[in-house]
Amino acid sequence: MQITVTVNGDEHTAEVEPRLLLVHFLRDTLGLTGTHWGCDTSNCGVCVVWLDGAPVKSCTVLAVMADGRTVRTVEGLAAGADLDPVQEGFVRCHGLQCGFCTPGMMMTARWLLDRNPDPSEDEIREAISGQSCRCTGYENIVRAVQWAAAHPAGEVAAQ
Amino acid sequence: MQVPAHFEYERATSVDHALALLAKWGSEARVVAGGHSLIPMMKLRLARPEALIDINDLGELAYVRLDGDALAIGAMTRHADLLASPLVGEHYPIFHDAEKVIADPVVRNRGTVGGSLCQADPSEDLSAAFAAVDAAAVIRAPGGTRRVPVRQFHTGPYETVVGPGELLTEIAVPIRPGGGSAYEKVERRVGDWAVAAAGAAVWLDGDTITDAGIGLTAVGAEHFHAPEAEEFLRGSPATDASLVEAGRIAAEHCEPVADQRGPVDYKRHLAGELTTRALRRAVARASGRV
Repeated sequence: MQITVTVNGDEHTAEVEPRLLLVHFLRDTLGLTGTHWGCDTSNCGVCVVWLDGAPVKSCTVLAVMADGRTVRTVEGLAAGADLDPVQEGFVRCHGLQCGFCTPGMMMTARWLLDRNPDPSEDEIREAISGQSCRCTGYENIVRAVQWAAAHPAGEVAAQ
Repeated sequence: MQVPAHFEYERATSVDHALALLAKWGSEARVVAGGHSLIPMMKLRLARPEALIDINDLGELAYVRLDGDALAIGAMTRHADLLASPLVGEHYPIFHDAEKVIADPVVRNRGTVGGSLCQADPSEDLSAAFAAVDAAAVIRAPGGTRRVPVRQFHTGPYETVVGPGELLTEIAVPIRPGGGSAYEKVERRVGDWAVAAAGAAVWLDGDTITDAGIGLTAVGAEHFHAPEAEEFLRGSPATDASLVEAGRIAAEHCEPVADQRGPVDYKRHLAGELTTRALRRAVARASGRV
């Protein structure tokens, strides 16, 4: 069936099978490979994207369920050449090692900070509790989110 | 790569439209809400519906509100919204206790209250919470609406009284003064299904328990319910000895099975201990001590 999904502000229309998962629509149909595909069982959280403004695990959402809706992926975090403060935080605080969990972590972090600009460490850990970092780099992921919270304007504020 | 078998997709635009689509497809159709139980089962081919009827557009079923003497929870209410509702926290903190330990924050953005009940997983948390507070399920059928007590809603693992042409639209929880409620769960890791869990609601007159409700999940309690322990508590003093004895009775009457989450004796122990802990917290809340 034909679906139209607005991804990072751009409308995309495509013919898809109803059984196509949103994560594969983003990666394979649209070529947006920033969203990773991990456990396939809604446990690991590497596939987190925003659907109508809230983070969801895109391995457990059908692409057809996103028809007529808006999706935001990691490719939509930066504004042009300006990184989102969350992305800068991950760079500055060594918030990634292998990088596999990073896109999902950053999408959830951005959502958290939009709703709660000054989260406690516990609130950050709770927010990412449905996402796994198999490098076990949680300490630095938390620091990266804290950096972003402390520098809401990003690089400019950091200088 | 896990991909469901082929199916047809329909999107309902209203409750009446959903009922019409259910009538069109018959018993081979499944309703999908959050999809966080159904889609994984379809990926594993444990479920192979011919058609999925998507009810995510039914915003009219996403609400938490007071309706007379009841807390009315729409079937499309997301777990995250139940957790965020001050109205729920004011009247039935048991649901906030339970929601904090259901899956994880991202899954709670998608999963729904109605979907959790209709999936009818024998380890599901809200089923025990709704059983504890003696809620009623409101079910729309082509011919009208019927109400079924949640304590009669589940007919077995993954089976409910909702017929092929019907749709669960609301869960109504009666509000009575003088009560307190709580939920206690043991899980192997954050976001997992319960090894065992218990929900409790109590109503006090001074130091006497006038009424009690107890729900259990993951331990083979029929209808997620512990009626023998409830019966013991009615009229009992609200002492710790009463709550411990109620836990013992609840543990005695459930039928856990051994699986990867633990052996029978451990689960039975948890059923009793968690019942007592949930009762303690419910009594403390009912008497204004927390």
